[in-house]
Amino acid sequence: MPRTADQILEESFLDVRAKLLEVAATLDRIDRAAEQTSDLSSAQFDRRAQVNAAIEICGSDSPRRAEQLQQLFSRPYQVDWRKTMQL
Amino acid sequence: MDYIDPHIHMVSRITDDYATLARMGCVAMSEPAFWAGFDRGSVDGFRDYFHQLTDVEPKRAAQYGIQHFTWLCINAKEAENVSLSREVIAMIPEFLDKPNVLGIGEIGLNKNTKNEATIFLEHLDLAVKHNQLILIHTPHLEDKYQGTRMILDMLCDDSRIDPSRVLVDHVEEHTIGEVLDRGFWAGMTLYPVTKCTPERSADMIERYAGERLLANSAGDWGPSKPTAVPDLIFEMRRRGHSESLIRKVVYGNPIEFFSQSDNFRFTPRDSGEDRSAS
Repeated sequence: MPRTADQILEESFLDVRAKLLEVAATLDRIDRAAEQTSDLSSAQFDRRAQVNAAIEICGSDSPRRAEQLQQLFSRPYQVDWRKTMQL
Repeated sequence: MDYIDPHIHMVSRITDDYATLARMGCVAMSEPAFWAGFDRGSVDGFRDYFHQLTDVEPKRAAQYGIQHFTWLCINAKEAENVSLSREVIAMIPEFLDKPNVLGIGEIGLNKNTKNEATIFLEHLDLAVKHNQLILIHTPHLEDKYQGTRMILDMLCDDSRIDPSRVLVDHVEEHTIGEVLDRGFWAGMTLYPVTKCTPERSADMIERYAGERLLANSAGDWGPSKPTAVPDLIFEMRRRGHSESLIRKVVYGNPIEFFSQSDNFRFTPRDSGEDRSAS
């Protein structure tokens, strides 16, 4: 018998809560450091924007959030890779 | 439950790990050739490593009642040295008749470079010419999607390759569908941080029903957990999955895939049991 949505949320709530708190605390830490030391470099600024995009995906109603996050953190597929590499 | 870890690098583990794995129900394992944490400098370095994989580790495993199988190749991280890679590929046939060798692996891509792709294709040719099974490494993190697609392109462009004789490892949510859709076997690697957790692996089993799907620990020299497969068994039981589905993924499927190699002479713990039982 598959577990109900209620059961899954009941079982995983504390895990999810802990993971979200880790994310929130990490973002706080980054922002505090940016205020006290220096702003993010452009490379890290791009990463920070990627994290924001990831949080938006998590907050969406998509049924494939994990797959979408993987795509967000992936280089896009280059169809012409053989031509580029001359292989 | 008896289980098989289809991808674990025991040369990097201590002997206590063999004892722990045996206590957890591991009855067999397969160990692909791998990067040693540094680039080896000569073909003789690889000859010694292959000796370790084909002679030393089977004896170490047997002390704990575990059957040890292996795969041979030069891995993608060292494929940037094309001339050394070609020397190693030319030497591999010396070992293909060893009784625990299942095939060529883990070949694949790491940073998706031209040299890696060149050596990958030459490994494929070696495997086909010697009628060997193939085990494939896919890159980590942001390179995984592109690398997996490149690997599938190269496999599917070679009409000599039978997808049912190829295991594509380290699949995750964004790569598993295409690997299975194209007829290959897919391996999920359970890692503490950089790959797939037991929970996400169980999600993928629920979504894809466990056909042509394997789970492994990789258990290498980096942060990894050699008992990750029992963690998956625990997670699936916690979710209420049937013992038959769990057993299929962690025992029946590895046996079905490996049995395509004549060197897979596996003896189940219960000697009266059929070796293809799932």
